[in-house]
Amino acid sequence: MSGILNSSIGRKFAMALSAFFLMIFLLQHFAINILSVFSADAFNEASHFMGTFWAVQYLLQPVLIFGVIFHFVMGFVLEIKNNKARQISYAKNNGAANSSWMSRNMIWSGLAILAFIVLHFIDFWIPEINTKYIVGDMSGMHNGEFRYFHELVEKFHSPLRVGAYVVAFVFLALHLLHGFNSAFQSVGANNKYTKGLKTFSKIYAIGIPAGFIFIALFHHLTGH
Amino acid sequence: MNLTLKIWRQKNASDKGKMVDYSVSDISPDMSFLEMLDVLNEQLIEQGEQPVAFDHDCREGICGMCSLYINGEAHGPDRGVTTCQLHMRMFKDGDTITIEPFRATAFPVIKDLVVDRSAFDRVQHAGGFISVNTSGNTIDANAIPVNKHDADDAFAAATCIGCGACVASCKNSSAMLFVGAKVSQFALLPQGQVEATDRVLNMVKQMDEEGFGNCTNTGACEVECPKGISLENIARMNREYLKAAFKG
Repeated sequence: MSGILNSSIGRKFAMALSAFFLMIFLLQHFAINILSVFSADAFNEASHFMGTFWAVQYLLQPVLIFGVIFHFVMGFVLEIKNNKARQISYAKNNGAANSSWMSRNMIWSGLAILAFIVLHFIDFWIPEINTKYIVGDMSGMHNGEFRYFHELVEKFHSPLRVGAYVVAFVFLALHLLHGFNSAFQSVGANNKYTKGLKTFSKIYAIGIPAGFIFIALFHHLTGH
Repeated sequence: MNLTLKIWRQKNASDKGKMVDYSVSDISPDMSFLEMLDVLNEQLIEQGEQPVAFDHDCREGICGMCSLYINGEAHGPDRGVTTCQLHMRMFKDGDTITIEPFRATAFPVIKDLVVDRSAFDRVQHAGGFISVNTSGNTIDANAIPVNKHDADDAFAAATCIGCGACVASCKNSSAMLFVGAKVSQFALLPQGQVEATDRVLNMVKQMDEEGFGNCTNTGACEVECPKGISLENIARMNREYLKAAFKG
């Protein structure tokens, strides 16, 4: 088993495992965010739980950060290696004849998502960590009420930020439209039992980003 | 048909190479693509120029020798065919056709459109076989019962002719469809089980050492493969590899 990450298939496998983890995380993130549309209290309670429960903070959060970093660093490593595998390009290449735009441009959709993650960290994660672990306020309160919902709505006032979020989620959808199914192929799950996954992957790849876009637009347009 | 051809010309492996334009006329739509190149070469020889070097052998889609990247696709725009089976009726009078060698670091150009695909041979040597005692008491393979579904899948994998279209079409120059087919062909049959672990580990190791890229599952290889080798073979190779790697 040693050196599995040095092999092409081992790297594919690791890439797929980190992708699975990130896709499960995304689903969980969406499940909590969508609460904000229906109930500010429910969103506050869920956010406070996620922000203070030890297992989430000290176990899942480090794994998530590692997963994100591993996924994009390995993405870059693979891109560099793959470029080396063809040093002279074709004068004429008709990629559209045999593969989807999404599958050929994972590096670009991935970079767009990475840029979004930076923005997202500046918007939410860094202030959250600062409040909890630098200032030391674990209460989650603001003027006697939980601050999470208030912070969320405030962030979505700016049309520029909402626009950036919408564009980022379109890229996320493009990334997932190839990545979801690709991850299953990489772990060897492509046979007669997994044919139904293709439909499910499309529903997930379009549904989850569309849901996030809906949440951002909902708060922007309603102002609450 | 009258055609303009843009062809990669390269004197030898160390030459830089360039695209050169040629014109051919009175090409029959019933000619194969290689016959059209034969016409061009006759013309070049008559003019005292060097003919265009290209690989070919059986000219009936079996040997896997012919290659060529035609108008941006391996073996040209038709599906399920090699270049020798590609007919000029796929093109229109007045067309400009771009003809390049298969491009991959692991497939260096030898001359013009001819590339060295011996990397595939080395991958095969690393494990694409079964060791059978041929001392005279060999058991007939047909005496071993094989599930019909597995036999069909093994046969489908074995139809790979090793032409390299998968590598040429892949944006990463990955050879996983080829290696996947060769691993699957044996992984599906009882005769392949004894050496299964070493086979997949050694073939993948050799594939990586040859400088092929990493598969990102674009599926271009499956579409361009003249023999319709399925992506399921790559998934099977992944399973075989992971099973072998975790076993140690």
